[in-house]
Amino acid sequence: MNKNLFKISPGFEDIMPEEYKDLVERGPYGKNYGVADLGSYKELIEEHPLCAGCGLALSVRLTLASLPSPEDTIIVGSTGCSSLLFPQVAIQNIHSLFGNQNAVATGLKRALKLRFPNQNKDVVVIAGDGATADIGLDMVLQSWFRGELISTIMLDNEAYANTGGQESGMSMRGSVLYMAPKGKKFSKIQLPEIARESGCAYVAAISPANPRKLEKAVKRAILVAREVGPTYLQIFAPCPTNYKFKNNETIQKIKEREKDGTYVMREYITPEAQEYLDKVEGGKKNA
Amino acid sequence: MPEAAVNAITKPVMREVDPSYLFNEAKREKVFITGSEAVKEALRRANVSIAISYPITPQSESMHLVGDLYAEGCLEEYFRGENEFAVMSAVAGASMGGVRVFTATGGPGTLRAFEAFPTWSGGRLPIVCAFMTRGINSPLTIQPDTIEMSFMLDTGMLMFHAENSQDVYDMILKAFAVTEQVDVHIPAGVYIDGFFVTHTRGNINIITEDVKLNAYDPYSAPVPVMDMENVPVRQMRDPFVMKSNFISYDAHAAWQLEISAAAERARKYIKKYFGGLIEVENPDAEIMIMTSGTAVSQSRDAIVRAKEEGINVGLVKIKSIRPFPTEEIRQIAKKAKWIIVPEFNKVGWMAKEIKSIITDNDKVIGAPRVFGGMTMPPEIILAEIRRCVE
Repeated sequence: MNKNLFKISPGFEDIMPEEYKDLVERGPYGKNYGVADLGSYKELIEEHPLCAGCGLALSVRLTLASLPSPEDTIIVGSTGCSSLLFPQVAIQNIHSLFGNQNAVATGLKRALKLRFPNQNKDVVVIAGDGATADIGLDMVLQSWFRGELISTIMLDNEAYANTGGQESGMSMRGSVLYMAPKGKKFSKIQLPEIARESGCAYVAAISPANPRKLEKAVKRAILVAREVGPTYLQIFAPCPTNYKFKNNETIQKIKEREKDGTYVMREYITPEAQEYLDKVEGGKKNA
Repeated sequence: MPEAAVNAITKPVMREVDPSYLFNEAKREKVFITGSEAVKEALRRANVSIAISYPITPQSESMHLVGDLYAEGCLEEYFRGENEFAVMSAVAGASMGGVRVFTATGGPGTLRAFEAFPTWSGGRLPIVCAFMTRGINSPLTIQPDTIEMSFMLDTGMLMFHAENSQDVYDMILKAFAVTEQVDVHIPAGVYIDGFFVTHTRGNINIITEDVKLNAYDPYSAPVPVMDMENVPVRQMRDPFVMKSNFISYDAHAAWQLEISAAAERARKYIKKYFGGLIEVENPDAEIMIMTSGTAVSQSRDAIVRAKEEGINVGLVKIKSIRPFPTEEIRQIAKKAKWIIVPEFNKVGWMAKEIKSIITDNDKVIGAPRVFGGMTMPPEIILAEIRRCVE
């Protein structure tokens, strides 16, 4: 991104909104910040309209703080709770329809590759579990099969939260939710393994309970997608509103699930991706 | 083709020219080709960056040929998507990324992709899509029918209807010129009657190979290009989708009106490049035929035969369905005693369109109609003409 784009024209300083001035003066573009820098700069997200204690809002906040090049990142979203938040994010982002995010990202990435052949333009899909694993699954998988150089990030709250808490393919077997009044009758979709077998060069299941691991996985997912192949990141982001737990218990819920083995954090890296990461991470070992 | 052979083909050198030069001054040569081949020849000069394909009869051949153009180096990107909805989504993504795109579909493919079309308009994307029309299932049909156009009338897209291969060629190129105007910048569909035009050969005049349409300027878009190279990057603090208040409703309503207004503003460019939204022959006749697509060709035949019987019949060929030539048709309809509207579909959407804009619309005869794959012999149009004078 041309940094001059952001300058405020002389004479307009007093009428620009405070948060915009803040973004120009203390924003993260070109700064290579990480989650440890949160609180010391103007974040890319300006408030948010999601529920108190929302695992997804926290995950998006940490994800945005982990982007390797926010100044050259375009986010493709989908319908759901996150689509209510993205208009408040200071990165160009697209909401097209429910489920077509990976198809839109395919076209966008190829167009940007043609227009900016010598510049990284990171196309990052961030969508919910319904958008990724149910209604949009064919387009998610096909983008992986084709080897599209995009990162797909699923915000997994194990339900259709924005429509009031219906069962999704990512809900646990037995979960009683709307549209599963007698409990979900099949298992949580194992999308990380499907991603690994479908051509993703880097796959990780992570959570906001460990921000540093989340940051590392986000950076890896985006870097690997620049050069090696498609990547998939699944972020466990529980929903206090629909799963009816207290909104200060979100992190605790994640830790309980990790402990009882019903949400396993994992990482799959192809040899090509590992070789690339060794190069760009400067030989640093896994955190 | 082996990879080495593909790589050996060098990109042809073509000079970029503005639309007026391309359409009015560039040299042309006569070729004997099919409608599908006319799509290819149009794309050769359209300077398109990305085309995305998905097979469906009767559209497939045209996108195979566009694929050949890619292999020749005339297109930068081309691939087969996974279904029509995904393809229409991917071309939207590419268009938002700031490049000129093209795709094509037809019949059930049009309906499979349907959710995407209003978002093209709402996103102000100047996508050009060819629709090779065909019947809608069920029962399964692959036969000619224009019923899908009825579904497309209110998607916000511009709609042009080709009578023959010459129209296919000209309308695709001209559609780019119209849609990419800063004050238009909404998508366009070029409708081509499946089989009757796509699969039949005709003599057409094509532009010689030394010139092509000038490049698309992504920053001519009235909305931000999604490339992180233009402001505003910061969007809104209170997104309208979240608010149940008047400002939110007003913003959405105003945007819908703006899409319609963009289509209205397209009229002047359609007049400039297409020479008008309609073509008229014998406008003073008491009996007028008004129609679009290959029904126009069938009507021309019927009009010649009517003349042999001493019956004077005029013709309005409707080239632009959206925007609709309301004023043009009203003027001609005033003088006509009968308006015959032959159509290749059961619902008679064109007859409804015409009836909706004139006051004394009992003179509109919504016949003949053929569908389910039937042809339209000129005799059945002639029968309607005779009925007027009996």
